Amino acid sequence: MSSNDLHTQGLTQLARGLENGGFTAVELVTALLDRVEAHDTELNAFITVTADTALQAAERADAERNKGETGVLNGLPLVHKDIFCTRGVLTTCGSRMLENFVSPYDATVVERLAGAGAVMLGKTNMDEFAMGSSNETSYFGPVKNPWDLTCSPGGSSGGSAASVAARIAPAATGTDTGGSIRQPAALTGTTGLKPTYGRVSRYGMIAFASSLDQAGVITRSAEDAALLLGVMAGFDVRDSTSIDHPVPDYLAGLGESLQGLRVGIVRQHFDAGLDAATGNAVRDALAVLEAQGASLTEVDLPNLDLSVPTYYVVAPAECSSNLSRFDGIRFGHRAGNPEDLLDMYCRSRGEGFGAEVKRRILTGTYVLSAGYYDAYYLKAQQVRQLIADDFREAFADVDVIAGPTAPAPAFRLGDKTDDPITMYLNDIYTIGANLAGLPGISIPCGFASELPVGLHLVGPHFGEEQLLRTAHQYQLQTDWHTRCPEGYA
Amino acid sequence: MSLEKDQVQHIAMLARLRVGDDEIADTVDKLSRIVDFVDQLSQADTTDVVPMAHPLDAAQRLRPDVVTETDERDEFQENAPAVSDGFYLVPKVIE
Repeated sequence: MSSNDLHTQGLTQLARGLENGGFTAVELVTALLDRVEAHDTELNAFITVTADTALQAAERADAERNKGETGVLNGLPLVHKDIFCTRGVLTTCGSRMLENFVSPYDATVVERLAGAGAVMLGKTNMDEFAMGSSNETSYFGPVKNPWDLTCSPGGSSGGSAASVAARIAPAATGTDTGGSIRQPAALTGTTGLKPTYGRVSRYGMIAFASSLDQAGVITRSAEDAALLLGVMAGFDVRDSTSIDHPVPDYLAGLGESLQGLRVGIVRQHFDAGLDAATGNAVRDALAVLEAQGASLTEVDLPNLDLSVPTYYVVAPAECSSNLSRFDGIRFGHRAGNPEDLLDMYCRSRGEGFGAEVKRRILTGTYVLSAGYYDAYYLKAQQVRQLIADDFREAFADVDVIAGPTAPAPAFRLGDKTDDPITMYLNDIYTIGANLAGLPGISIPCGFASELPVGLHLVGPHFGEEQLLRTAHQYQLQTDWHTRCPEGYA
Repeated sequence: MSLEKDQVQHIAMLARLRVGDDEIADTVDKLSRIVDFVDQLSQADTTDVVPMAHPLDAAQRLRPDVVTETDERDEFQENAPAVSDGFYLVPKVIE
């Protein structure tokens, strides 16, 4: 293996290469930092590149390997979405509000991955405070989709998805509140896993909507996602929503066949709202699963149509509460020359937050305000229960639910910025899993208009093993996940 | 338009968020569209449905009431816009 093509390898292959002594972590990290240099001007996937600390960490990883003390991710490079706090490193959350915020501590996810030997290359661009589906709300400008630079990579984890798709990083962390890992994974031809609510610690992950947010990964394959999830998952006393549930060996079960797997298909997922070529790619993928021994059954999620409106009450309500911490006093942007305290609050927040974040704070404040709480917030939490009940009933008959991740392939930058509702409807197939706290994964399953299409698999609570196995078995039979955008090979 | 300009300005005040004169028309328009969109929830029959409190029906975990955090004020204040002698500075609030 020459160092000229290290960027083409996924995590699992790279781990083998490092172990065999084919190359060192320093060589690998150097090669990838060169990729950042060569491609990030056009992609804008990074907010911060941590070249110096990456090389130091790689040197440490090589030294540890020489002593025989290697963690499971020893020397493996990755990038972190800029929503995760990283000690001593700028952590902006894509916002002017945190333009100068240097985190005094590491998120648990960051700490665990580093503890296993992973090397951070940098922090990736994202929609401001993870609020967006196109990366266009970032204060640092939109990320470009490596498959077509005039298109969005999706969002909010757009920088993470673009850097993995462009072979700059073999893996990235992301977060998913309504589809923010899975939708960009679909739009960039990468594998994106959102675990069960509470599966991965959110300590040090800047909060958006606390009953929905979950950390996950974007990788080149399900096998690589399984490797990372095994390190990231598990109880954390510092996150009050972390769930104390045993962490299985996610790699162990990947090899089992799909014989007897019960796959549920939701009819509404294939309605008029779905792009025809996207639908064909997804149907072909279902046929592959069937040929591998899975059985396809139709399941009904009668309240699914209400998932997007439910989300756009619950998520803004929680966002308006979470983002009240940005007061211009303890950290974050402060407006110059305030007249008084009220003026300081209002202008600091008015200047620090972008238009979409403001809309969500205002929506949330409205639905929680006196006289509207019952009609909106309480009602939404009732409908949310109905949606969760629909999933529970469906999972009595099937092991996974399969369908498209997004209604269409990547759209052009600027195409959906005028109407918030058009943008919100991008997450129509992914939001249900967040509302019900379920794990979901998007894997590449073909192309529509020469752009990648994602197959979405959703499982019951803590059903990550089944999802990863299904995705891995599919990836053994297909090569969509190995396709590389032109110019990035 | 389901929301009026005055209403939006009231909400903005509750949220301690300045919405500039150049932003207000667009904000009223887009917020109205969002409110109209989420209004479809009113069609759902939720009689006797208990509102969701937690996606996994988990209860809030409690911890013993003991001090677990150490004093890291100086480090934390490095991110503060204005501090003096360990205090956070704000505009004068008492005349």
